[in-house]
Amino acid sequence: MSANFADFFLASEIASKQGSAIDALWWFETAVTVIMTVLIFAGIAFFAYKFRKRPGVHATQIEGSTFLEVGWSVFPFLVMLVMFWWGADLFYAAQTPPKDAMEVFVAGKQWMWKVQYPNGYREIDALHVPVGQPVKLTMASEDVIHSFSIPAFRVRHDVVPGTYDTLWFTPSKPGTYHIFCTEYCGNQHAHMIGYVTVMERADWEKWSGGGGAGGSLTEQGQQLFTQNGCSTCHLLDQQGRCPILRNLYNKPVQLADGRTVMADDAYLRESILMPNAKIVAGFEPNIMPNFQGQLSEEQVIQLIAYIKSLSPATPASQQGNQQPPIVIAPKAKAAPVVKTIAAMQ
Amino acid sequence: MATLVTQPTGYSPNPSEEEPLNYLNVTHGWKSWLLTVDHKRIALLYLFSITAMFFMGGTFAILVRLHLTSPNGLFAPETYNRLFSMHGIVMVFFFLVPSIPATLGNFLLPIMIGAKDLAFPRINLLSWYIYVLGAAFAIYAVARGGVDTGWTFYTPYSTTYSNSYVLAAAFGVFVAGFSSILTGLNFIVTVHKMRAPGMSWGRLPLFVWAHYATGLIQILGTPVVAIALVLVGMERVMHVGIFDPRVGGDPILFQHIFWFYSHPAVYIMILPGMGIISEVISCFSRKRVFGYDFIAASSMGIAVLGFLVWGHHMFITGESMYTGVVFSFLSFFVAVPSAVKVFNWMATMYKGSVTFDSPMLYAFAFIGLFTIGGLTGLYLSTLATNVTLHGTYFVVAHFHFVMVGGMVVAFMAGLHFWWPKMTGRMYNEPWAKFAALLVFLGFNLTFLPQFVLGYLGMPRRYSAYPPEFQTLNVLSSAGATVLGVAFIIPMIYLTYAWFFGPKVGRNPWEARGLEWQIQSPPITLNFEKTPVVTQEAYDYGEPEVLEVG
Repeated sequence: MSANFADFFLASEIASKQGSAIDALWWFETAVTVIMTVLIFAGIAFFAYKFRKRPGVHATQIEGSTFLEVGWSVFPFLVMLVMFWWGADLFYAAQTPPKDAMEVFVAGKQWMWKVQYPNGYREIDALHVPVGQPVKLTMASEDVIHSFSIPAFRVRHDVVPGTYDTLWFTPSKPGTYHIFCTEYCGNQHAHMIGYVTVMERADWEKWSGGGGAGGSLTEQGQQLFTQNGCSTCHLLDQQGRCPILRNLYNKPVQLADGRTVMADDAYLRESILMPNAKIVAGFEPNIMPNFQGQLSEEQVIQLIAYIKSLSPATPASQQGNQQPPIVIAPKAKAAPVVKTIAAMQ
Repeated sequence: MATLVTQPTGYSPNPSEEEPLNYLNVTHGWKSWLLTVDHKRIALLYLFSITAMFFMGGTFAILVRLHLTSPNGLFAPETYNRLFSMHGIVMVFFFLVPSIPATLGNFLLPIMIGAKDLAFPRINLLSWYIYVLGAAFAIYAVARGGVDTGWTFYTPYSTTYSNSYVLAAAFGVFVAGFSSILTGLNFIVTVHKMRAPGMSWGRLPLFVWAHYATGLIQILGTPVVAIALVLVGMERVMHVGIFDPRVGGDPILFQHIFWFYSHPAVYIMILPGMGIISEVISCFSRKRVFGYDFIAASSMGIAVLGFLVWGHHMFITGESMYTGVVFSFLSFFVAVPSAVKVFNWMATMYKGSVTFDSPMLYAFAFIGLFTIGGLTGLYLSTLATNVTLHGTYFVVAHFHFVMVGGMVVAFMAGLHFWWPKMTGRMYNEPWAKFAALLVFLGFNLTFLPQFVLGYLGMPRRYSAYPPEFQTLNVLSSAGATVLGVAFIIPMIYLTYAWFFGPKVGRNPWEARGLEWQIQSPPITLNFEKTPVVTQEAYDYGEPEVLEVG
């Protein structure tokens, strides 16, 4: 990135598909702002000059004008309605990741971004994505509120402890771009930065081929499931002391207090860390220990990946437990990623 | 009924004349000030206090801008974080919130409605002591090493992670909140109960309307931020867990409670400024203010709508998409009454007889800068562009345009307009004009580059930044230096004028409000006898009439 003077005033780099759409709205608002500012400055200057105090000329007293008042209330509001609608429409799209998005997990921690790919590969303060591929980030915080932002993609979302936050983008231009934390998070906040590298698909596949040393997320989750003793009560195919987890993911769950909740990522996370927060109907509280403080957010993500893999009927967002890298596959036992991508195009 | 003017209105022809009794010289000694119940003296006590806090917050600002001239910063990150936090806390809670209401509002509101004092003079004095106590805690926090949470005290950083003097600072803000509540309460009761005969609601000066609306927000909003800060304190000391997700608490709950006050607080800060501008524009255009009813109603509209938009601070904080849509829509609504005011001020100049005295120059600057501040707010009300600009320097530039370009500039307009009334003396007008120009130039040089920085993605509250942002940061810091000088100059000539300036009569601007019909500086009870009001405060069509002697 050069410190080219023109860069500052023409446009900052846009490297995602939604980036140009958001900038179009930005330029519309800038046009409105500049026009109104010029009109008002010019108006002040003109009135001040034209109606300056002149000998023998007195001010003409004017009460007001309801017509004008209504006009200059309604007309600006109509322009603002355009901004509102346009902005809400783009926002809706920005909040709705496509089904075929590749999922990457990000844990924010004072003061670093820890990134995990479904194949188990991990990196810190760096993210590698293939050009043209929709990517969905599922983000958690280990401590305070952070905010994950990639200005060149025009995306940003706060990462709030105690829940999952998501954002998605489709990179459109190979290159290296800033990742910033944009919610003040303490001493080294300004150093909670990194780079996202957008690669050509072939390069990216070569890069991502290896996978993580500990196996895929699902495999790591399965290990944790055994190590932490989960498997002694959560039996896979028969009723144990705790609910069966097979075919649970993204299904409604009947709770003991009568509510029904969806077994999504946030629910699974809460039920792992604070099992007594929501008790499934027919089960006793205080059987499962709290894992709050025992498991890192990265490990929770691995466990959830494993639980997802037990529900093969959940397409798109689910994790594969096969060796190749990224899950875009409709089924757990899907074709390797290369073919899947080819099929998409 | 009224009689025509008989006493001199402009500069006093005979300055050596023995000074008549007024609120300044009626009693002497520190006790007569510290135990005073005169709203005018309390206004001056406030003026000294907030000016001290302003220069303290301003020093932090200069150090912040100095630090940012280099991409790696000049101070340690720890120091920088404390500097920007203390800048925000001091400026927002100890300068901006009390600034106009507690000084000019305190001084003028009773006079403008023909009253001898506020409804509760002792509570008025109490509010100043509470303010000083709150400020003492804030200064204590600074002296011990400062606080590093930002002025927003976001949880769980402030409750669990910060190793700084959060409790002292938060307690200071909590305490100062009561002073704000008492001021608002006093204004509302005074406007309801103490208006002189003939001072109907339709004749209230717009300055008074603005303060009435401000008082409503102070009373309804401030207790809520007090609750938020008490909860932060409880969480920090006793770990009650209300904001701690590890025990089932919700960190976002804090943001809801905090912004429920702190967004309306923006209007606490700007509405009184708008009141000043309405008075100044009318006086220096020699014209009744255009659309009086609409300006008054828009103040009330802002006060009410201001309470319904807090969610726009949380579009990307996990608030549901539909909540975001509702708050976005409501945020555009609140822009309408502000726009109405701007258009009415411009229309007031139309066919007027405009003069360019320093208060009017500040008023021009206010309209221009406030317009930019308001328009850039639209980017942030828009959901999609909020996502890209949230947490960047764009936001910093936006609210400084409103708070400094709007509020502080309006405060300067008001100080210059009423200084002769408050002190009985006139300041050096060429210096005042020069300072006004310098404020305008320095301000724009400081904050216009920050819009660009924000668009380019530079996050706020960064103690270090990528080198490509340096050029714009240096420009901004250069502007801050000019702005700093521009605020010191008025400090000097206004103080000088207080002691050595040429004496003025009661009405140097030939304005029409009640405050201009009494002696400068006024007597302790403001009026020799209760005035009977027969006209509104903007009757520039008629020759000046006097209701009181």
